[in-house]
Amino acid sequence: MKIIEVRNLRKQYPNHVAVEDVSFEVAEGEIFGILGPNGAGKTTTVECVAGLRAPDGGTVQVAGLDPQRDRTELRRVLGMQLQSAELPEKIKVREAMDLYASFYPDPADWSDLIERVGLGGKRDTMFKKLSGGQRQRLSVALALVGRPRVAVLDELTTGLDPQARRDTWELVEQVRDSGVTIVLVTHFMEEAERLCDRLALIDAGKVAATDTPWGLISQVGDEQRVKFRPSAPVDDAVLLALPEVSGVTRSGDQVVVTGSGNLAPTVTLALAQQQIVPEDLRIEQATLDDAFLALTGRKLS
Amino acid sequence: MKKMLIVETRLYLRDWPSLLFTIGLPVGLLLVLGLSIPVMTEAGTSGERMVDAQLPSMMTLLALLTLACNIVPAVLTTYRERGVLRRMSTTPVHPGRLLGVQLLINLVVGVVSAAILIGAGAVAFGSPLPRQPVAFVFVFLLGSAALLAIGLVIAALAPNGKTAPGIGAVVMFPLMFLGGMWVPREIMPDALRAVSDFSVAGPFAQALKDAWAGQSPELGHLAVVAAGLVIFGGLAVRLFRWE
Repeated sequence: MKIIEVRNLRKQYPNHVAVEDVSFEVAEGEIFGILGPNGAGKTTTVECVAGLRAPDGGTVQVAGLDPQRDRTELRRVLGMQLQSAELPEKIKVREAMDLYASFYPDPADWSDLIERVGLGGKRDTMFKKLSGGQRQRLSVALALVGRPRVAVLDELTTGLDPQARRDTWELVEQVRDSGVTIVLVTHFMEEAERLCDRLALIDAGKVAATDTPWGLISQVGDEQRVKFRPSAPVDDAVLLALPEVSGVTRSGDQVVVTGSGNLAPTVTLALAQQQIVPEDLRIEQATLDDAFLALTGRKLS
Repeated sequence: MKKMLIVETRLYLRDWPSLLFTIGLPVGLLLVLGLSIPVMTEAGTSGERMVDAQLPSMMTLLALLTLACNIVPAVLTTYRERGVLRRMSTTPVHPGRLLGVQLLINLVVGVVSAAILIGAGAVAFGSPLPRQPVAFVFVFLLGSAALLAIGLVIAALAPNGKTAPGIGAVVMFPLMFLGGMWVPREIMPDALRAVSDFSVAGPFAQALKDAWAGQSPELGHLAVVAAGLVIFGGLAVRLFRWE
């Protein structure tokens, strides 16, 4: 079942077209990613989905609701974490949760929710004393306090350190496991690859492609590279004889084998038969970055 | 609504230094000026003393102008700048509710300030309570609403929380002057008083003082204050930005 349907969305600002033509569907229970460089129109797109902006063209439906017409109803089924929206400096975590819970007819138990986002020990801490990661987690908790069916998370991990980012990713997965559909806006390829079931690549206000992360990557070809330092000299011919291998190059004592399919196991097996151990073995595959480059002619970041 | 009122009131009280300006300063000035300047407590030609109506109505104006031109714009522009209003607009509750709650809290602080002024005057100088209580309450509420509407316009126009107090001060000091804070309206040159008559703060202060001293406020003064409320209230609604 499709919980979000966006068709030919268009949004124009006085001086530029932010979203030219965006269409996608989100299935209930998935993590759907919207990936693109800064200024691609990602935030404007989800703001139209959340009813914060009126589209200039196209249609948007969320759980059968029109975000513009069914304003209040929509906000009861859709929770949104905004990019860089803060709270008053001196509000305490418990006060913010209690206040936002009071906005909804059937709110979640906020006390339980702040435990789940890992802020159980911070109930009486003021917003200004929270770290960046804690603020983001509070923000997620506030977006979830109304028991939404859909949660939109916009640039959730921007500005977080790597540890806080990984913690936040785990939180997103937990939220999805609790049955909430998630729309994740991001410009981090790694984040999209790790979390999203499906994603739309957006560039210059248009959808360049929509697929699973792996589907997008394989669109650009499945060329892989295996790099290693052989423990004993190895003849190129041995490797080139393998059907998966398309080329062999060397830099210093490092051997770089390019190819496709089950490249790495085939190469290591062939080496093992020669009693050669591949040291410092590394496998490089195409990434979403490469897919984005191939599809739009532009780099993601 | 009740919860928002409680939380916002707590936040307001956590920034208690602002109460020094909206309650402490007017009451302190009333006492210091009244006790230290002999002419304040001498009966004038009509038998009225300055401490009975003139001085406390000016201090009430000071309190309300500080709330309207300084506190309200600072809070609201900060809320807008930090995305507090925007975050609220993602919930079923419209951020206009937060604005209403803030105005209510500031009005209550104005009421408390005026009540303390009346009480302090009675205790320190034996001043009578406002002699036209119904007219006094009406003028107070109408004038407070008009000044708060001006505060909303400042909040709408100020680009951020840092510039809001500056813009507020640029509006506040002329209004205090035209309200008669430094030169009482009675001794203003005619041309200046004519300007004062249309400055919202001027007719408000005059009507408040009249009701305090036991005279009926002039309809013309009330009309200007009411017009100020309509004009600035309308402007605020048109100009206010939630993000």
